[in-house]
Amino acid sequence: MNIIVCIKQVPDTEARVQISEQGNSIDSGQINFILNPFDEYAVEEALRTQEKLGGEVTVVTLGDESAENAIRTAMAMGADKGILLKADRATDDPLQVARALAAEIASGEFDIVFFGKQGVGNEHGQVGMALAELIGVPGISGVSRLEVSAGAVKGAREVEGGMELFECGLPAVISTQKGLNEPRYPSLKGRMAAKKKPLEVKPVALAAPLLTVEALAYPPQRERGRVLGEGSATVAELVRCLKEEAKVI
Amino acid sequence: MSFNVLVITEQADGGELKKSSREALGLARALVEKAGGGEVSALLLTAAAGELPAKLAACGADRVFLLEAADCQYYQPGVYAAAGKAAVEACGASAVLVPGSALGRDLTPRLSARLGAPAATDCIQAELEGGKVSALRPAYGGKIQMRVAFAASPAILCLRPNVFRACPADSSRAAKVEPLAVALTDKDRALKITGLERKQSETPDVAEANIVVSGGRGMREGGGFKMLEELAGALGAGVGASRAAVDSGWRPHSDQVGQTGKFVSPSLYVAVGISGAVQHLAGMIDSKVIVAINKDADAPIFKVANYGIVGDAFEVVPVLIQEMKKHA
Ligand SMILES: Cc1cc2nc3c(=O)[nH]c(=O)nc-3n(C[C@H](O)[C@H](O)[C@H](O)COP(=O)(O)OP(=O)(O)OC[C@H]3O[C@@H](n4cnc5c(N)ncnc54)[C@H](O)[C@@H]3O)c2cc1C
Repeated sequence: MNIIVCIKQVPDTEARVQISEQGNSIDSGQINFILNPFDEYAVEEALRTQEKLGGEVTVVTLGDESAENAIRTAMAMGADKGILLKADRATDDPLQVARALAAEIASGEFDIVFFGKQGVGNEHGQVGMALAELIGVPGISGVSRLEVSAGAVKGAREVEGGMELFECGLPAVISTQKGLNEPRYPSLKGRMAAKKKPLEVKPVALAAPLLTVEALAYPPQRERGRVLGEGSATVAELVRCLKEEAKVI
Repeated sequence: MSFNVLVITEQADGGELKKSSREALGLARALVEKAGGGEVSALLLTAAAGELPAKLAACGADRVFLLEAADCQYYQPGVYAAAGKAAVEACGASAVLVPGSALGRDLTPRLSARLGAPAATDCIQAELEGGKVSALRPAYGGKIQMRVAFAASPAILCLRPNVFRACPADSSRAAKVEPLAVALTDKDRALKITGLERKQSETPDVAEANIVVSGGRGMREGGGFKMLEELAGALGAGVGASRAAVDSGWRPHSDQVGQTGKFVSPSLYVAVGISGAVQHLAGMIDSKVIVAINKDADAPIFKVANYGIVGDAFEVVPVLIQEMKKHA
């Protein structure tokens, strides 16, 4: 099996995010970057698929040279090799990212491509299914139950009020989410081994984006909250506020 | 100026039009009005159309593109994507509005790829200025709002539920209903949704509910969430959970609200026994009104809560349930 995992490096979820002077990007200087939490489920599922069916796990990312860190984290978990598509500029356009990944993936052999459901940070949640369309294979998003066999996959994806059951042949694109598995922690040995695994860096020239960020702004300040009081005696006042002031019940 | 908008619509389990579809129709009408002309088209894929075209008309559609097929009982991604593209071409859409459900979030990037058109998910505001659409969407766990522009047409906007206003239904409105011809390839049918496993729950899904009652680690084993279910029942609310509650196995992960859970924007969010970690706030900070019940007066959740009660949930919530039942 040729197993591919598309990953992304994202700001730590705890990070204090500041808008840069240009106003349309974030100031990345102060931020600690991590492997996208949703991608951990993707890497884990790729490794489990490999353990079951054999083959090789390749991680691919589009980014700048710093994205090597995310690749090494995936390698420390167990991925065999990495490809860094080094973009000539930053982009926030999910279709553009999908196109760059599709060009790389479609140029080789693959049986299954794993993604995380979305990248925390800009949270588009589009790249996986856009890529499936671009390379013309079935794609399933938000997968939280999966059974991979030699030529087919079946499982379930999460929808409102339940789970949709799916099946299709391979190759296929799977976007993973919480509930699918428990991602393993990279061991110390894994971390050491990751340093020596092959990483290919390929420069990529991006076309003009179709979705552009015009401006970033801080959200409007929420009105400073009001503690109404202590204990159950306060409930009557809460109900009154919700009815008469906020008018939400 | 004429500005045509296509709305992708979706039905609930029972065949009713979903609220999020009515919200999309409401925004579509507002955009067409702002443009000073144009048509609102609705795409309807269903196993049995019944009264749905008339309902779509009442909710704002001028045209309905209808694909009635037995396998449209479930969402079929390839069929929807092909139909979406055909409908965009048939109505010359400048914008496509997609509800931000599991269906819509799955379909949006597919349409984007098929049409070579830009798409933005999780939109909480849409503007039309000089014929160009722009959208506002939260990012970085709600710490930032991103205004995006669309450099090609149609602009595809996937809308966060509960944010846009549906127009009041007017049953005197009529729409032209047209069967949609869609050429399906084998690839479109390569993925099959074969069934739906329903959750055993009476309460609405947390992502769609207009009121959400969420519990955290403070709920303790089992019993706490029983109490929250009862409160949710009295309020017609959905039940959410913090990651701590989910990781403790008290709730399914599909109930998790937050950065690695669901993003919700209900009109009322009640956080019970939740501390208010940034990753939790990421999922609920756009709620209109936030209520916090927590025994720790210093819990960060109180910084964002419009109304707070400091107290033990096991004392406060039962009284709240009684009050709500009285008022219902
Ligand atoms: C990458 C990453 C992603 C994450 N994603 C999410 C996410 O999507 N969603 C999420 O929620 N978290 C997420 N987290 C976890 C988050 O950081 C917090 O750990 C989590 O939100 C804490 O949940 P909690 O508030 O229920 O628990 P705690 O922080 O333990 O808080 C429990 C609260 O309950 C109160 N309490 C206890 N007993 C009672 C009682 N009887 N009555 C009233 N109050 C009581 C306490 O005072 C306390 O404030 C993520 C973390 C990371 C690192």
